[in-house]
Amino acid sequence: MEQAALKVEDLTIAYHKKPVVEDVSFEVPEGNLIGIIGPNGAGKSTLIKGILELVPKLSGDITIKGATYKSMRKSIGYVPQRESVDWDFPTNALDVVMMGRYGHLGWLKRPGKSEKQKAMECLDKVGMAEYANRQISQLSGGQQQRIFLARALAQEADIYFMDEPFVGVDAATEKAIIQLLMDLKEKGKTVLVVHHDLSTVKEYFDWTMLLNKRLMKIGPTQEVFIPEYLQETYGGRLAILPDTKSGLLLK
Amino acid sequence: MNLLDIMTDPNTRWILLGTMFLGLSSGVIGSFAYLRKQSLLGDTLAHAALPGICIAFMLTGVKSTSFFLIGAALAGLAAVFLISVLTRYSKIKQDAALGIVLSSFFGFGIVMLTQIQQSEYGNQSGLDTFLFGQTASMVMSDVYMMMAVSFILIFTCTLFFKEFKLLSFDPGFAKGMGLPVVFLDYFIMMLIVAAVVIGIQAVGVVLMASLLITPAVSARYWTERLHIMVILSGIFGMLSGVSGTLISTSVNNLPTGPLIVLSATAWFFFSLLFAPKRGVLSSVWRRVSLKKNHSLEQERRKGRYTS
Amino acid sequence: MNDFWIILVGALVAGSCSVLGCFLIVRKMTLIGDAISHSVLPGIVLAFLLTGTRDSVPMLVGAAALGLLTVFLIQLFQSSGVQADAAIGIVFTSLFAAGIVLVSLYTQQIDFDLEHVLYGEIAYTPWNTLTIGGIEAGPKAVWIVGSCFILNLILIFVFFKQFKLVSFDPALAAAMGIPVLLFHYVLMSLISMTTVASFDSVGSILVVGMLIIPAATAYLLSDRLSGMIKVSIVVGVLSSVIGYYSATILDASISGCMVGSAASLFCLAFLFSPTHGLVSRLLKRRKSKERYA
Repeated sequence: MEQAALKVEDLTIAYHKKPVVEDVSFEVPEGNLIGIIGPNGAGKSTLIKGILELVPKLSGDITIKGATYKSMRKSIGYVPQRESVDWDFPTNALDVVMMGRYGHLGWLKRPGKSEKQKAMECLDKVGMAEYANRQISQLSGGQQQRIFLARALAQEADIYFMDEPFVGVDAATEKAIIQLLMDLKEKGKTVLVVHHDLSTVKEYFDWTMLLNKRLMKIGPTQEVFIPEYLQETYGGRLAILPDTKSGLLLK
Repeated sequence: MNLLDIMTDPNTRWILLGTMFLGLSSGVIGSFAYLRKQSLLGDTLAHAALPGICIAFMLTGVKSTSFFLIGAALAGLAAVFLISVLTRYSKIKQDAALGIVLSSFFGFGIVMLTQIQQSEYGNQSGLDTFLFGQTASMVMSDVYMMMAVSFILIFTCTLFFKEFKLLSFDPGFAKGMGLPVVFLDYFIMMLIVAAVVIGIQAVGVVLMASLLITPAVSARYWTERLHIMVILSGIFGMLSGVSGTLISTSVNNLPTGPLIVLSATAWFFFSLLFAPKRGVLSSVWRRVSLKKNHSLEQERRKGRYTS
Repeated sequence: MNDFWIILVGALVAGSCSVLGCFLIVRKMTLIGDAISHSVLPGIVLAFLLTGTRDSVPMLVGAAALGLLTVFLIQLFQSSGVQADAAIGIVFTSLFAAGIVLVSLYTQQIDFDLEHVLYGEIAYTPWNTLTIGGIEAGPKAVWIVGSCFILNLILIFVFFKQFKLVSFDPALAAAMGIPVLLFHYVLMSLISMTTVASFDSVGSILVVGMLIIPAATAYLLSDRLSGMIKVSIVVGVLSSVIGYYSATILDASISGCMVGSAASLFCLAFLFSPTHGLVSRLLKRRKSKERYA
C-alpha cells in the first residue's frame, strides 16, 4: 500500500476525569478531502489539537508520511476556529497571511519581500487582494475566514487541519472555500476538516470520519455516511428521513 | 505579650472584634464577586477609594470614617462607571479597563495624598495608614462603624440571597424574569465598596482585594452549593481576621493587614491541598489512577489481539 | 541638570514598561503585569537580606525569580480550577503581604520604608551616582533602567515575529513549533526585571501605570503592532515630562503625577483618536444616520 499521509495510533486525550478522545486509530491516504463529523462534545476539535500536540495526550503515536510529527511540522497547515483569536489585534490582513510563512523562516530571519509577495498571491487566491491593508477588525466574518485560509495556503503544507472553517460565513464564502479545498486536493494535498453541517457532507467530502469520543467509522463517504452508522454515532438524537437531493434529511 | 494578655486587653479585644466582622462580611460579599467573575473589581475599587478618601479629607479637614465612607463610595461609583464606559465605547477589554482605572485613580490618589502631607495638616492626617492598614490607629468609633457596616452587609446578602444567586449564575435569565439587573449590579458593587471602605483602615487599599477574593476561592474548594460556600467563605474570612490580628499583636512591630492576608492565604493553601473533590491531592490521585487504568486496559486489549 | 536626570529616569521607565505593556494589552493579560509589579517585593527584600547590599544585580535576580514564581503560581491555580482573575488576586496580595512583613521584620537592616515601595524616590535619583574608575558617570538609576530599556528593545526587535504570532494566535504558533511557553516566560521575566529596575526610583504604582496606560493609549491610536509600540513609547516619555513639571507646580509625588499625566493622555486618546475615539465614532454614526434619513 502507498504510504499514508497521516497515521494515528491509539490516540487518547483526557482533560480532567474522563477521556475526551479515546483509543482513536486510523490512516488517511494522500490527496483526500476528509470531513470529521460527530455530535457536540464528541472531541472533534480536540482530536485535531491532539494530533498537532496542542493539548497533552495520555497515549498515542502520530506519523506523517512515515515520519514523526515533529520532523514534519513544516508540511502541516492549521486553521484554528475563527473565534479563537482576538480580531481587535492591531494588524492588517496582509500581515496575518504573512504569519503563515513564519514556520519556514526559522528563528531569526524576518519576513521580507518574497514573503510579502507570497502572501499577496495567497490573498488573491481567496479573492481578498483588495483588502490587504484593511485592519482585521473591519472585515466581516466570512472575510476573516478567508484570511485564515489564505494564511494556511501561505504555509504551503502537504496536509491541512481545519477547525470548523464554515462556521459563521456567508454562502458565497462557503462556496469559495470549498472550491479552494477541492483545488488543494487536486494538487495531491490532504485536508481534514471539522464539520457539523450534515446536509453538505456528501457534496463536499470524499472521505468521512464519524467520531463520538471513539472512532465510529472512517472511509469513503458513500460507504460511511449511511443512516445506520450515523444513528450509531449520534445516538438517538438524530431523526433521519429519506430525501431525494442529499440522500438525507435531518431533524 | 502572651495570648492571655491579648485576650484581656480591652483595646485588643475591640480590634479583634472589628477584624473578625470585617473578615466575615468581606468573605460573604466576596463570594458573590467571585462567582460573578469580578474578583479583581474589588482590587480596583479598593485602589480607587484612595482619591475619594483624600478628597473627603480635603473638603472636611477631619479624619472621620463616615466621611471617608461617602468619599470612597463616590470614587468607587465613578470607577465602576468609567470601566463600563471604557469597555463599551472603545475596543479596550475588561482587564485593561480595570488596570487603567486602578492605576489612574491610585496615581491621582497618591498625588493628593502627598499634597495633603505637604500641607498644614502635615503628617497628622494619618491618611498614609490607609495604604497598608494600621489597626493600631483604629479607635472605638471605627470598630463600631466596622461592626455596623458588616452587619448591614450580611443582612443584605441574606435578604437578597435568591436574587444575587440568580444574578451570579445567569444574568440573562434574571433579566427575563423581570429582575432589575442593572440596579442589582450596581447594588452589589456598592456592597463591595462598603466592605472595601471598612477594610482599608485595617488592611489597606493595596491588599484589601485579598479579603474579598481569597476566602471565597478557598470556600469554593469545599462545596458545590452556593449557600454553604457563602457561609464557609465568611468563616474563612473571620478566621483570617482573627489569626492575623492575634499574630500581629503578639509579635512586635508587624503590620496587621499583611498578616491577615497571609492567614487568608494559609487557609487557601489548606483548601487547595486537602479539599475532598477539587483539592490537588485528590485530583493527582485521580489522574494517576486514570492513567493506570488506561494503560492496563490497553495492555489487556493488546494481549487479546496477540493471543 | 537634576531635572534632566529625573525626567530621563522617568522616561526610561516609561519607555521600557510601555514596550512590554503593548504585549500585555493585546494578550489581555494586563493584570498579570499588575500582579508581577507587586509580587517582586519579597524578592527584592530577600536579595537584600541575603547579600546585605542594595546592589542591583542580586535584586534583579531575586525579583526575576519572584516574577516567574508569580506567573507559575497563577497558572497552577488556574489549572486547578480557580478563575483567572481570582488566581491573580490571591498570588499578588499574598506575595506583596509577605514582602511587607519581611520589610517590617527587618526594619533595622533595610533602609526603605513602605511608602517608598509604592511611589519610590525618583526625586533622589540624581544624587545616587555611579562612578567608574573615579569618573562620575551620571545617576545609577539611569544606567540600570537604561540598560533594561535597551535589553527590552533588542529582544522584542529580534524576536518580533515570534512575540507577535504567540500573542495573536498561540495555537498556530505552537503548531508551527514556536515554543509558546518559552516566549511567555521570557516576556514575564522581562516584566519582572523592568519592574525591579524601576522599583527603586519610581515605586510600584508608576510601574503598573506605565505598563498599562501608555500601551492602552497606543492601542487606541495605532492599527499595527509595530506602530502601537512606537506610539506607546512616545506617550510614556511625554507623560514623564508632563508629569515632572506638574509635580513641581503641585508640589506632589512625582511618580504619582507621571501616572496622572499618562491617564490624562489616555483620556484624550479615548475621546479624540481619529480611528477609535469616542468623538469620531459618534460623528461617523451621525453621518451614516443622515445618509439613510
